[in-house]
Amino acid sequence: MVPTSFEVVEKRQDTADVWTLELEADSGQPFEFQPGQFTMLASGGAGEVPISISGDPDRPERLVHTVKAVGLATEAICAAEPGRVLGVRGPFGRPWPVDQVDGADVVIAAGGIGLPPLRPAILRLLARRERYGRLLLLYSGRSPDELLFTDELEEWSRRGVEVMVTVDAAGEDWDGHVGVVTRLVRHAKLEGDGLVVMSCGPELMMRFLVAALTAQGIGADRVYISMERNMQCAIGRCGHCQLGPTLVCRDGPVYRWPEVSPWLAIREL
Amino acid sequence: MRTIDKLLTDSPTFAGLLAAQLEFIAGCGRNEHVPAGTMLMREAEPAERFWLIRRGIVALELYVPGREPLVIETLEPGDVVGWSWLFPPYRWAVDGRTQGDCHLIAFDGVCLREKCESDHDLGYELMRRFAADIVGRLQATRLQLADVHGNVPTTA
Repeated sequence: MVPTSFEVVEKRQDTADVWTLELEADSGQPFEFQPGQFTMLASGGAGEVPISISGDPDRPERLVHTVKAVGLATEAICAAEPGRVLGVRGPFGRPWPVDQVDGADVVIAAGGIGLPPLRPAILRLLARRERYGRLLLLYSGRSPDELLFTDELEEWSRRGVEVMVTVDAAGEDWDGHVGVVTRLVRHAKLEGDGLVVMSCGPELMMRFLVAALTAQGIGADRVYISMERNMQCAIGRCGHCQLGPTLVCRDGPVYRWPEVSPWLAIREL
Repeated sequence: MRTIDKLLTDSPTFAGLLAAQLEFIAGCGRNEHVPAGTMLMREAEPAERFWLIRRGIVALELYVPGREPLVIETLEPGDVVGWSWLFPPYRWAVDGRTQGDCHLIAFDGVCLREKCESDHDLGYELMRRFAADIVGRLQATRLQLADVHGNVPTTA
């Protein structure tokens, strides 16, 4: 429960309200984690928030977080410049099943700020590319200006990921897809019992995505999602992140779709 | 080279139609190579044709005074471009522009609509398939309208 001190060593602005911070532990120790896990991150007295780790799991010497400034705590984190010390607890949570999908075609479906939690999985899959069939990234964003990791998207494409990007709306200078991620599902020509889908993004997007996948004959039990809920302790004690009979900090954030789908339809949860 | 009736079966909209139905629809169509930036349709103009994309992308746009055209959706190979030829007042609801060079099959919508009036089996099949397309794109539009990537007030 006690935060560890990490210093901001590098910072870059990705979009108007998203920053990526690279941190190193004051102790010099590497930060081992699995793709899909998160930390509780704090800057000064602005509060502590759960932030997914967005770095390379094979490079634990740096802890990387991509943060969207949406409130007091995240704004304070995004304002932290190199040299500033942040408090880190973790890593927490159930990771993406990247070590259990050898031989599968893997579809990564990300919406907006949902791409950073999937980035470690993409990097791990690429590091072991020969173990998998097709690797596809279906990525949706609000507008071209709000897309993340655009330089890496090209690199991933060169390294063997079929990258399909779409935005909700665009001007004439955008020559890519316009529409939602469910439209990409239609054109991706997905098939086979060996397909696995890992998705992170707005909850509504993920619900529509699963509907589109099942319409294409992809079983919902092949889909893994990363859930987000208000978290406080992150160690399964306070109950703030309860979702049905589960605690997102302990039983998630990565779930197989059937584990949580009954609860997502209940408005009060 | 594949004939148009065979090419139609590549599209989810037309796959599964009877051979005679495909042959008739194909008779209303012709292959076209359309350069990038061509306006296939403009809002409010008569809707007498529709297209099946074989290769390339078509952007559906809205004209908003004082702003650049807003691209609201892009259509891909296998997609049908244009429904307004099916429903009164048979006027285009949006603009459509080829985003790159496109290979399209262009169909005479007036001819096909008249055939559907006399051949109700064909009419039902086309209505059923176009309705499925429309439902799919309506659901997608609802998700766009929800602006799920926009910011939600939070203390986080």
